[in-house]
Amino acid sequence: MILILEQLLNGLQYGVMLFLLAAGLTLIFGIMGVINLAHGSLYMIGAFAGTWVATTTGSFWLGIPAGLIAAALVGFLVEATVIRKLYARDHLDQVLATFALILIFNQMIILIFGRQPIFTPLPEVFYGSIEIIPGLFYPPYRLLIIAVGLLVAVGLYFLINRTRVGMLVRAGSTNRDMVRALGVDVRLLYTVVFGLGALLAGLAGYMTGPILAVQVGMGEDILLATFVVVVIGGVGSIKGAFVAGIGLGVVDTMLRAFLPTILRGFMAPSDADAIGASVSSMGIFLLMAIVLLIRPKGLFAAGG
Amino acid sequence: MTEILRIENLQKRFGGLVATDNVTLDVHTGEIHALIGPNGAGKSTLINQLCGELRQDAGVIHLAGRDISHMPAPERVDLGLGRTFQVTSLLEDFTVVENVGLAVQARDGGNFRIFDRVSGRSSIWEEAGHLLAGSLLDDRRDARVADLSHGEKKQLELVMALATQPRLLLLDEPMAGLGHLESQQMIDTLNGLRGEISMLLVEHDMEAVFALADRISVLVYGQIIMTGTADEVRNDPRVREAYLGTEDA
Amino acid sequence: MRKLILPVLLIAIFALMPLIAELVGKNALMTLSARILMYAMAAASLNLILGYGGMVSFGHAAYFGVGAYVVGILYSHWMSEVPVFGLFPGSNQLLVTLPIAMIVSGLAALLIGALSLRTGGVQFIMITLAFAQMIFFLFVSLTAYGGEDGIIIRRANEVPGLNMRDKTTVYYVILVVAVLYFAWMWRVVNSSFGQVLKGIRQNERRMEAMGVATYRYKLYAFVLAGTGAGLAGALMANFLRFTSPDMMHWTKSGEMIIMVILGGLGTFFGPILGAAAFLILEFYLADWTEHWQLALGLILLVVVLFTKGGIMGVIARLKGGRE
Repeated sequence: MILILEQLLNGLQYGVMLFLLAAGLTLIFGIMGVINLAHGSLYMIGAFAGTWVATTTGSFWLGIPAGLIAAALVGFLVEATVIRKLYARDHLDQVLATFALILIFNQMIILIFGRQPIFTPLPEVFYGSIEIIPGLFYPPYRLLIIAVGLLVAVGLYFLINRTRVGMLVRAGSTNRDMVRALGVDVRLLYTVVFGLGALLAGLAGYMTGPILAVQVGMGEDILLATFVVVVIGGVGSIKGAFVAGIGLGVVDTMLRAFLPTILRGFMAPSDADAIGASVSSMGIFLLMAIVLLIRPKGLFAAGG
Repeated sequence: MTEILRIENLQKRFGGLVATDNVTLDVHTGEIHALIGPNGAGKSTLINQLCGELRQDAGVIHLAGRDISHMPAPERVDLGLGRTFQVTSLLEDFTVVENVGLAVQARDGGNFRIFDRVSGRSSIWEEAGHLLAGSLLDDRRDARVADLSHGEKKQLELVMALATQPRLLLLDEPMAGLGHLESQQMIDTLNGLRGEISMLLVEHDMEAVFALADRISVLVYGQIIMTGTADEVRNDPRVREAYLGTEDA
Repeated sequence: MRKLILPVLLIAIFALMPLIAELVGKNALMTLSARILMYAMAAASLNLILGYGGMVSFGHAAYFGVGAYVVGILYSHWMSEVPVFGLFPGSNQLLVTLPIAMIVSGLAALLIGALSLRTGGVQFIMITLAFAQMIFFLFVSLTAYGGEDGIIIRRANEVPGLNMRDKTTVYYVILVVAVLYFAWMWRVVNSSFGQVLKGIRQNERRMEAMGVATYRYKLYAFVLAGTGAGLAGALMANFLRFTSPDMMHWTKSGEMIIMVILGGLGTFFGPILGAAAFLILEFYLADWTEHWQLALGLILLVVVLFTKGGIMGVIARLKGGRE
């Protein structure tokens, strides 16, 4: 039971990470109609910049604004120089141009930081683990990630539902032309949305640092899982990104943790481990296949 | 009198907006039936439900006695339902004859063949040539569609629809954007098809409607408010109020 | 007659490559040339759906990899003499492994295509990418077949009457298969089906209004494309005498798209020229710097943002300028 709860928390922690990335990706697509493969690069840049500042200054906390600012700045730059040229292009051009950005960013990171992974120092406060319920010890840093992720979700909820920018974002994700017709400075709105997406990606990147290695290619691995989240949640839907992000995070973690053990109950251990590993690594994709069979546009598709 | 198309109690809502409100309508075999109504009356929504691009919320559509309400669009075409698009929707990179040829081929079959040569299917190209010879596009057959004028594209829309050999043709504003001469030519073309093919004609150009239609139905806010001959429609006070009064006719 | 100039020229160049490589004393040139042939086939199969059919599939390397793995798996079962799934024997005969590779990749494409084609646009891109990555993970976790390390194929598949231990012989086998494949592709794009596919790219709504249930045709094209990539992958496994999950990494799918774009989307010879341009660029850039992908990224960005139509587009414009 304790073990299940612990894995549930791990799943939740992975889930909020996926949400932070998927929220930006789904907004960028929903509002601007751009598919951005380089979203994972912003995540990587946030992680590297934050970690670099944290190691140089010795302060984990200073790394947070550094990671956020770096990701947002690069985001603005990318939007102004590349993405802006892609709004009117077809998806193929968008895919290729942002794929090119991945190659460029990966190589620049290698040039600056090398190929070896670097590690984010964790403040002493977060050492060890705390007992959240009797018998369940859990690393406080992971709890912090979950808290931050949920806070961002609440913040986004208010931003989208209670502010003028949010109103435009909602309108834009269902009817792009209408927002234009309203006389809104669309270019500014796009820049703001892209910057926001970059900010969230950078936050996710830096927060992941102490748990996973900060290295080149980290963005692509999670980008693919993020795509699955966006597809399942429905392109353009923040709510979908949240539900699918948490859901996939939990499903993925649970499968990896428990499937081999369960399979050992009725087959040879070596087979159980092999099949368990295969199925659990494919789990989220199989889930996506099932959702597609039932709802081809995802669970919370924007615009009906 | 037999009916080629019978629509019963068709309903379609978009959120709070009722786009098609309990529409009941029939088109007699061989008839040209016009559907008129002010902008936003739900004419295009109705056409899109008839051809299967939109699914109705309730109601039944019969084509030549068969219930097609839940049939996908391509199957309706196989049963003899043809359409033209209000905003021309053609294969822009193909030439005129390639467009018509593909429409003939789509009907003729053999679309999964990967070992034949489409340029060698002479029956297709003969039929396409024949269709074009009977149109105003005969000397434009090798022009790329993207290079055609608006009027030529409208003509091609019609030829493409005819290539599928429809029994009922849904014409979504075939005169829209045409000059006076072009409109007259379109009216003549459609008149020439009278009796061969039944038509449901959605049109704003009243001159064309009165010149062509055997009967006219008036759609206002998703409802058919009356069906009758040209004279009956002209003299109906409800129509005057809802429609003619707001238009230039 | 003029239509034959380019194909004859291309075949002649590829046929002479082993001699040229020997003359200049650079064996690597023959390897490069063989890679161009195989990637040209893969890119051409992708071009069928991407260029002719307008489907932006971002998972094409998966079928390439599946084809390679079919060769690897059949070979390892042939070596161990244990039947595959306990059902049928392994094989080291090229004339057996190639068709099986095509069938299996075609089936993979059928499954993935049937699901992915239920959506369109941006979802389609993400879904094909995700499913391809799923297959990648599947092979990574298949420890019985080497997991991340893949399978080493000690000898290229046999062809009766040929000495397949000779690299040059393998090269010519690849060339023959490639020529046959492109001849077949020529038929496909000029067939009745090819015409329907081109129509779907231009205007799917119009095709539906002409009575064409587009989903089936798109799926058919998707499966045909899958078999082509599988064939190319199977050849690659024979050529490298090795297969690994890396062959189906998603960046490989991206590279295949780049080849198609570089050559010219939806043009017949584009994939050959695109594959050649990409691999030659990689060959020399990688020689010059280990950060060649930076240069590649910048070139790609410029090509996408500022040019139109790839190499075939340039050729067409040059021709147009002369006439």
